[in-house]
Amino acid sequence: MIIVLLFLLVVAVIAGRWLSRQGLMSQPWLEVGVGDITEGRDRTALSGAKLGLFVFLAVVGGFFALLVSGYVMRMGYPDWRNTPMPPLLWVNSALLVMGSVLLHNALLSARKGDRATTRLALAVAGVAAFGFLAGQLVVWQQLTDAGLGLTANPANSFFYMLTGIHGLHIVGGLVAWGRTTLAVFGDHPVEQQVTRIELSALYWHFLLFVWALLMVVMLGWADDLVNMCNQLLR
Amino acid sequence: MDEANIRASKDIPPAEVADVELYHAKSFWTKYVFSQDAKVIAIQYSGTAAAIGFVALVLSWLMRLQLGFPGLADFITIEAYYQFVTIHGMIMVVYLLTAVFLGGFGNYLIPLMVGARDMVFPYINMLSFWFYFLAVVLLVVSFFVPGGPTGAGWTLYPPQAILSGTPGGSGAGIIMMLLSLIVFIIGFTMGGLNYVVTVLQGRARGMTLMRLPLSVWGIFTASVMALLAFPALLVASVMMLFDRLLGTSFFMPTLIEMGEQLSYGGGSPIMFQHLFWFFGHPEVYIVALPAFGIVSDLLSTHARKTIFGYRMMVWAIIGIGGLSFIVWAHHMYVSGMNPYFGFFFATTTLIIAVPTAIKVYNWVLTLWRGDIHLTIPMLFSLAFIVTFVNGGLTGLFLGNVVVDVPLSDTMFVVAHFHMVMGVAPLMVIFGAIYHWYPNVTGRMLDEAMGKWHFWVTFVGSYLIFFPMHYVGLVGVPRRYPELGDSAFIPDSVQMLNSFISLAAFAVGFAQLLFIYNVITSLRRGKIAEKNPWRATTLEWQTPDMPPTHGNWGDELPVVYRWPYDYSVPGAAEDFIAQNDPGPQPAGETKT
Amino acid sequence: MAIALVLVLVVVGSIVFHIFSPWWWTPIASNWGTIDATLTITFWITGAVFAAVILFLAWCVYRYRHTPGRVAAYQPENKKLEIWLTVVTGIGVAALLAPGLVVWADYVTVPDDAVEIEVVALQWQWNYRLPGADGKLGTVDNRLITFENPLGINPGDKAGLDDLVIEADALHLPIGQPVKMLLRSIDVLHDYYVPEFRAKMDMVPGTVTYFWFTPTRTGTFEVLCAELCGVGHSFMRGEVIIDTEEDFQIWRDEQETFASLSES
Ligand code: HEM
Ligand SMILES: [Cu+2]
Ligand SMILES: [Cu+2]
Repeated sequence: MIIVLLFLLVVAVIAGRWLSRQGLMSQPWLEVGVGDITEGRDRTALSGAKLGLFVFLAVVGGFFALLVSGYVMRMGYPDWRNTPMPPLLWVNSALLVMGSVLLHNALLSARKGDRATTRLALAVAGVAAFGFLAGQLVVWQQLTDAGLGLTANPANSFFYMLTGIHGLHIVGGLVAWGRTTLAVFGDHPVEQQVTRIELSALYWHFLLFVWALLMVVMLGWADDLVNMCNQLLR
Repeated sequence: MDEANIRASKDIPPAEVADVELYHAKSFWTKYVFSQDAKVIAIQYSGTAAAIGFVALVLSWLMRLQLGFPGLADFITIEAYYQFVTIHGMIMVVYLLTAVFLGGFGNYLIPLMVGARDMVFPYINMLSFWFYFLAVVLLVVSFFVPGGPTGAGWTLYPPQAILSGTPGGSGAGIIMMLLSLIVFIIGFTMGGLNYVVTVLQGRARGMTLMRLPLSVWGIFTASVMALLAFPALLVASVMMLFDRLLGTSFFMPTLIEMGEQLSYGGGSPIMFQHLFWFFGHPEVYIVALPAFGIVSDLLSTHARKTIFGYRMMVWAIIGIGGLSFIVWAHHMYVSGMNPYFGFFFATTTLIIAVPTAIKVYNWVLTLWRGDIHLTIPMLFSLAFIVTFVNGGLTGLFLGNVVVDVPLSDTMFVVAHFHMVMGVAPLMVIFGAIYHWYPNVTGRMLDEAMGKWHFWVTFVGSYLIFFPMHYVGLVGVPRRYPELGDSAFIPDSVQMLNSFISLAAFAVGFAQLLFIYNVITSLRRGKIAEKNPWRATTLEWQTPDMPPTHGNWGDELPVVYRWPYDYSVPGAAEDFIAQNDPGPQPAGETKT
Repeated sequence: MAIALVLVLVVVGSIVFHIFSPWWWTPIASNWGTIDATLTITFWITGAVFAAVILFLAWCVYRYRHTPGRVAAYQPENKKLEIWLTVVTGIGVAALLAPGLVVWADYVTVPDDAVEIEVVALQWQWNYRLPGADGKLGTVDNRLITFENPLGINPGDKAGLDDLVIEADALHLPIGQPVKMLLRSIDVLHDYYVPEFRAKMDMVPGTVTYFWFTPTRTGTFEVLCAELCGVGHSFMRGEVIIDTEEDFQIWRDEQETFASLSES
C-alpha cells in the first residue's frame, strides 16, 4: 500500500497548500461583510470544467496507484517473475507520446486561430490513439501465442489487467476526442474550442504519464526500490 | 469588520450569474425522471435509498427472528441467514447511508447552502443517479439468480467469497454483487465530482470556506474521501471478478476445496483485505462526517446558539478525514498480517479519537447556556450524541490492538458498529428529515407521530445494541445463525437474544409509522412558514419556499456573515441570516 | 423534559446493567490475564467518560431548555476550555494506549521455550500436528494434500515422519507449557478461537500465522471458528483439553505418527 500512500501524500500536500490560503485560522464571527475580506476566497480561480477534470484525474490517479500497489505487494512474494515485455510495446509507447505532442500542438494552433493545423493535429492524434489500442491488442496476441496467457503467472495476470484498464481509459479519452474533433470540424471558429482541446490534451498527457509509470514498474526498472520497500514492511 | 466595509459592499453589483448554464426542463420526463435539477436528483436518491433500505430493514427482522427465536421460521436456512447478513450489511453501509448522505443530502443541500443555482455538471449529476439506480437493480436481481445472492459477509473476503462452500460463491450471486458495486462506484464518482467541484467553484459571493455551514464541510470532506477511497473497493472488486470469471489468482492461494485441488495458486487473501479496508475504514467516516456536520447545524439552530468552537470543528473534520486513511488495518489485527503493524495502527486509531472527542465536547458545549427548543430534530440530535458517544467509546476497545483480540469477530463488534455507524448516523438522518422536510415540501411533518417515532427508535435501538455488547463479551462470535450448545454460553444468553429481537421488531415498526408520516404529511401536513426554524443558512432564504428550479430567482445571494449568528447580542432577532448585511458584529468575544 | 430524565436513565441503566448483568467473559484459562486487565482499564476510563458526558448533557438540557424569555449566550469559542479538554482527552487516550501496546508487545513475542503445534483448518474441521520425538515439525505443502495425506506433509522430509497427526479430534496440551500455535488453512480463512484463552488469530491459506499462550487451568475448552468460512462456519467446533503433564504424556503416546498413518 506504500504506493497509494505516497500518492495520497501528494494529494494532501496540494490540498494543504490550497487550504492554507483559505483563512482557516480566521475567526469568521468577527468578520462581517463582503469585499476585501472575502475577495479571492469565495471561489476557486480555475474554471469549473478544468477543476472537474483535475478532480477526476486525482480519482483516476488514485485508482492506478492502488492497482500498482497491488502489483508491488504481489512482487514481494518469492515466486514472482516479471513478464517478458514484447518490443512492440515501445512502438505503442511512441504512438502515445505522439498523441500527446499532437494534442498539445492542436491546442497551440487553436489558440492562434489556425484552423487547418488544429484539424490536422487532432485528426492525426486520433489515428495515433487508435494505433496504440490496436498495438496493445497485438501485444496481447503475441503474449498469448507465446503461452503467456492471462493465468500463466501472476505478473501476466497483472499485465493484462493493467494494460486493459489503461486501454479502457484511452477509449474513454477517444470519446472526448471524438466530440472535440467533431466540433473543430464544424463551422465555429476554433478559438471557441480551446477549452475543449485543452482538457483533451491534459487528459492525454495524464494517461501518458500513467503509462510511463506502468512501463517502469512492469519492465522491472523499479525492482530494487520495490524490494527495498517490501523488505522494510515484511 | 467596520461599517464602511459593509456599506462599500452594498455598492458592489450583485454577484455574477453562476457559471452554470441552467438546463430548463420542458416535459414531465425531463422534469421528474431524467431531471438535472439537483433537488429532484436528491429526492430520487433518497427515495431509492429508502426503498432498498427498507429491504435491509426487513432482512434485519428476519435475522433477528432467527437469532431470537431459533427454529421458529424454518425457511431461514443457514444459507439464507448468511445471504441476509451480507445483503443487509452491504445495503445499509453502501446503498443506504452513503447514498442518502452524499446523493441525498449532498445534492439537496450543497447548491442551496453555498448559494449556487445547481450543481456544476447537472448532466453528469443525473447520470450519477441512474448509475446508482442500476446498481440497486443489480443488487435486487441477485436475489433471483440461481443460487441466490452472495452470503460471503459484507466484507466479501476471498477465497470463500468465490468458492462453493459459501452461498452464491459458485453461482451468479457474487458476480452480481461485484458488478453492482462497480456500477455504484462509477455512479458515485460522477456525483462526487459534482459535490466537490460545486463546493469549490459554485459558492456565492462572500461565501468563504470559513463561512460554510458545517453540513457542507462534512459532506464536502466526505465526498473527497469517498472519491479517494472507493477506487480501492473498485480495484478489489475488479480483481476478484477476474479471479472468479477468468481464473486469475490475485487473491487465491493454492487451495484444496472439499478434497479437490483447485487451479488457483500464489495469490494473497490478505491483499484483498488491505484493499477492502483501505476503502472500508474511510467509508465509516464517509458516513460519519456528513452526520457530524448536519448535527452541528441542527444543534445550533434548535438551541439558538452559535456552534461552539467552529474553527476547531472545521479542523477536526479535516484532521479526521486525513487520519482516517492511515488507520485501515485496525480491522485486521487478527487477520494474520505482519503483527508489528499493530503498533502503528493502534496508535493512529487512538489518535483519531482526540479530534472526534473534541467534536463531541463542542456539541455538548453548544447546548450549554443555550435556549434549547426540544423540537424533534433536537431530540434526534441528542439521541445522536448518546449513541455516538457510546459507540465511539467502544471503538476505543476495538482500536487498541490487544483489547481487540478477544473481542474481534464477536457480537461486541456487531454492537459497536451498529451503535456508531448504524444508529448514530440514522438519528441524524431522521433529525435532518424532520428539519428539512418543510424546505422540500412546504409542509411540516406531523409532530405527534414524530414523537412516537423518536421515542421508540431511540430507546429501542439502545435496548437492542447496548446489551448486545455483553453477548459478545461472553464470547459469542458474529455471523452465527444460532448459539449452538456451547458450555461457555449460559442459557440466559438466548433469553437476552429474544429480548433484543423484540426490541428490534418494535424499532422496525416505528419506521413504518415514520414512512406513513412522510407520505401523509405531503398532503395533510401543516403548511410551513417560510423559515420555520428561524435558521440562518441560505437554503431558508430563497425567494420561493420551497425553492424552485434555479433556486435564487434573478439574483444570486451575497453572503455577509458566517452561518451561526444566533442570539447575537444587540440584534433585533435571535438569528441573522447569512445574506443579511445586518447590524455590526458582536465585537470581542468574552471567553 | 422527559428527554433529560431519559438521558440520566440511560447512564444509570447502563451502569446498573454492567454491574448486575450475568453476562460476562468466561473465566480465563491462559496467561493472558493482562488482556483482561487492559480491558478492565478501558471499561473504567470509557465508562467514566460516558457517564460524565451524558450526565452533563442531561443537565444542560434540563437547565437550558427553552422557557419564555430565555436568551442563549453568545459564545463562539473558548480557547482555554478547548485546549484544556484536548489535553485531558489526550492523556486519557494515552492511558488506554500505553498498556495496550505493552501487552501487544508481549503478544507478538513468542517465548523461546514455547513448543510449536500446528493447527490445520479446513471446511469445516480442526486438525492438529504435533512434533514427534525430534521436537521438530516437518515441512508441508498444500499441493501434496491427498486423502491419505490430509495435511500435506512432505514425505521426503525426515523431520515430518514422526509428526503426530490428529484428524478432527480433540487437542491435548500440558498445563503450564507455553505453546506457539502455528495456524494453517488449506481452503479459506478461518480463525482459531477459544474464548477462555483470549488469544485468537485468523488462519490464511497460503501462509502460516501464529499466536502463543500458556494454559493455566486444566479442563475441556471449546474451539470455535471466528472468521466466516462458508455455511458450516457456526458448526466448526472442536475441543482443547488441558491436561496435567502426566495425562498429556499418556495421551500423546497413543497418537499416530505420519509414518505409521501412511503405512496403514
Ligand atoms: C434496527 C436496525 C438493525 C438491526 C435490528 C440489525 C441487525 C443486524 C443483525 C442481526 C446482523 C447480523 C449479526 C451477525 O449475525 O453477525 C447485522 C449485521 C450487520 N448490520 Fe445491521 N441491523 C440494523 C441496522 C443496521 C444499520 C443502520 C447498519 C448500517 C451501518 C447496519 C449494518 C450492518 C452490517 C455492516 C452488518 C454486518 C454484516 C456482516 O457481518 O457481513 N445494520 N445487523
Ligand atoms: Cu475502521
Ligand atoms: Cu469459520
